[in-house]
Amino acid sequence: MIEIEVRYFATLRKDNKKKEVLILEDELTTGELVDDLQIPREEIAILLVNGIKSGFDVSIKDKDIISLFPPVGGG
Amino acid sequence: MFGYNGKVMRVNLTEGTIKTEELNHELAKKFLGGRGLGTKMMMDEVDPKVDPLSPENKLFIVTGPMTGNPVATGGRYMVVTKSPLSGTIASSNSGGKWGAELKFAGWDVIVFEGKSPEPVYLAIQDDKVELMPADKIWGTTVSNTTKYLEENYPKGSKVLAIGPGGENLSMIAAVMNDEDRAAGRSGVGAVMGSKNLKAIVVKGSGLPDVPDQDKIKELNKKQLAKIKENGVTGQGLPTYGTAVLVNILNELGSLPTNNFLKSAFQGAEEISGETLAEKYLTKRTACYRCPIGCGRYVKVGDWEGGGPEYETLWAFGSDCGLSDMEAIIKANHWCNEMGLDTISTGATIAAAIELHEKGYIKDEDLDGLKLEFGNNTDIAEWVKRMGYGQGLGKKMAMGSYRLADEYGAPELSMTVKKLEMPAYDPRGTQGQGLTYATSNRGGCHVRGYLISPEVLGLPEALDRLDTKNKASWAKIFQDLTASIDSLGVCLFTSFALGADDYADMYNAICGTDLTGTDILQIGDRIYNIERQFNQLAGITPAEDTLPKRLLEEPIAEGPSKGHVNRLSEMLPEYYELRGWGKDGIPTEAKLKELGL
Ligand code: SF4
Repeated sequence: MIEIEVRYFATLRKDNKKKEVLILEDELTTGELVDDLQIPREEIAILLVNGIKSGFDVSIKDKDIISLFPPVGGG
Repeated sequence: MFGYNGKVMRVNLTEGTIKTEELNHELAKKFLGGRGLGTKMMMDEVDPKVDPLSPENKLFIVTGPMTGNPVATGGRYMVVTKSPLSGTIASSNSGGKWGAELKFAGWDVIVFEGKSPEPVYLAIQDDKVELMPADKIWGTTVSNTTKYLEENYPKGSKVLAIGPGGENLSMIAAVMNDEDRAAGRSGVGAVMGSKNLKAIVVKGSGLPDVPDQDKIKELNKKQLAKIKENGVTGQGLPTYGTAVLVNILNELGSLPTNNFLKSAFQGAEEISGETLAEKYLTKRTACYRCPIGCGRYVKVGDWEGGGPEYETLWAFGSDCGLSDMEAIIKANHWCNEMGLDTISTGATIAAAIELHEKGYIKDEDLDGLKLEFGNNTDIAEWVKRMGYGQGLGKKMAMGSYRLADEYGAPELSMTVKKLEMPAYDPRGTQGQGLTYATSNRGGCHVRGYLISPEVLGLPEALDRLDTKNKASWAKIFQDLTASIDSLGVCLFTSFALGADDYADMYNAICGTDLTGTDILQIGDRIYNIERQFNQLAGITPAEDTLPKRLLEEPIAEGPSKGHVNRLSEMLPEYYELRGWGKDGIPTEAKLKELGL
C-alpha cells in the first residue's frame, strides 16, 4: 500500500476539490491513476510528479505528489 | 505599400512644430514595423550614447503593418527609445485599442524630438494634429487624464498617457493606454515625462488599404480556428488569464519568493489564478480584435477595474512574501494610476524589503510604513510614494538596481542589465535564464519565452533543468518574437501560430510573398540591430549574465532543489549560433548577411 497526494488545478478542480490523499492498493502508473480518477487523458496538459514534468508511463511511489493541470499558459 | 498608411508624424516639442513625412518603405520591408522599424529609426537618428532623459533622446511610437488591420490581435503598438533604466534600447509593447486608433487616423509612426518648455499633450483627429497645453492634467492620475481627454474630444477617442510616475522621471515608469494597458517596461514613461509630454489623444476615421478582402477573410477564419483549437489560446488563457501560472510555477519550485531568496511560496494558492477567478473576477476583457481575451476585470468592495496579471501577482505577491490578494489588486490598480511598471515596481519593493531586513534601510527611513516579507508591507502606499516621488519612495522609483547600489548592496537587486527579472526562477528553468541574460532590454520574459517549451511543453516539452539545446531554442524564440513584436500582433498568438502563419498574415495584408524563413531572418536582423545599438551605447557582453544569487546559490528546497543556473554551459553555444564572436560581438559576416 502506498500513500500519495493528488493536486488538481484550474478546470480540473471538480466540486472545488483542490487536493486529496489517496491510498493505492496496487502499483500504478501515472496514466492508470488518471484513468482511475476518470479524467480523460487529453484533458491533462501538464502532469508533474514531485514537480518534475512526467508522462503517463511513470510508476508512482509512496509519498509522491502528483499535480494535474489542463492546458494553461500566459506570460 | 499595403498594410501601412505610409505616413510618419514628426513632432518637435522644443519648437512646437509638427511635420508629416513619408514612411521609408525600404526600411519597412526590412524591419516590418513596431519594434524593428522603431529600433532602426533610433539607430539612424539618435546617438546610442545619448543621455536617455535629455532632449536629444527621441521617443518613437510605432505601429506594425498588422495594427488596425483585420487579423487576430492586430492592435498593438511599440514605444521605442533609449531606456533610462538599463541604458539599452527600449521597446515596450502594448495592446488595448489605442494602437489601432492611431492607424485609423492615418499614421504609422510618431516621432517625438526635443523637450517642450511647458507640459503638453498631442491631439490627433485624422490629419488635424495639434499640441495643447496640459496644465489641467499634469500631475493627475492616468484615469483622470483619460477621462478629461475623453470628455473633451469626440466620442470614441482613445487616450495614451503617463501618470505621476513618468512626470517625476521614475525610471520604472510605464506609458499607459486605454487606462489600464501598459507599454510597461524599461522606463519608457520617464522618457515621455522628460519631454513634458503628458498624453496623446487620438480619433481616426479611416481603415488602411488591403489588397484582397476575401483572401484576408479566408486566412482569418483559418487562423482563428487554430487559436480556438489550441488548448492555451482557446481554453487556458480565456478561462483563467495569465494568473493561472502562479500554481504551476509554485509546484515546480520555480516561483521566485522573497526577492529570489526562495523558490516556492506557502501562500501561492491565495494569490493564484484559481482564487482570482473564484472570488474576484467579474468579466474577461480583450484587446482590439482579440479572440483570446486574457484580460481580467475584478471587483473588491465597491471598486471594479483591471485585475492583476501573473507577473503582477508574483511581483507584489510571492516576491514580497505577501499572500493578500486584495492588497495585490490594490497595488496593481495604483501602478496603473501612477503609470508604473508592475513587474519592476513589485520587484523593487521586494529588494527594498531585503535591504531593510538586512539592515541597509533603516526604520527611520520608512516614514511610518511597513516593509517586511510577509503580509506586513503597505504595498499600495509604497506604490503611491514611488509614483509621487516621496521619501524613500523617490529612491525606490529609480528601480531596484540603483536603490540597492545606493546602499552599497547592488547584489541584492534581481536584475539583468538593471531591468528587474520577472516571475520565473532561472535556476529551475535553465533556458529561460539564457533568454534573461541575452535579452536586448535586460531581465525580461517576453523576449524569448522558453517557459513555453520548458514548463508548458509547447511546441514540445524540454527538460527545464537541462541546458542541452537551449541555445538554439533561445535563438529561434527570440527571432520569432522580434518579428511578432514588429508586426503589431500579440505574442500570445504564438502558442497557436508559427512563423509560416505570420508570413501568411503579412502577405495577406501587405500583398507580399514572404516565407516563414524570411520572418525568422527579419527577426534575426532586428535582434542584431538591437545588439549593435546596445554595443554602441556602451553595454558590453559581460552584462549577458544573471545576478550572482542565481548563478552561485542553489535553490534550498522543493522540486528544483540543488540547482543554480548553468549559464556558462549555454552562452558560448548561443553566441556561436547567433554568428557572434566568442566575445559576444556580432561578426562582420553576420551583419553583412543580415544587410546591416
Ligand atoms: S491575448 Fe490578452 S494581451 Fe494579447 S491581445 Fe488578447 S487580450 Fe490582449
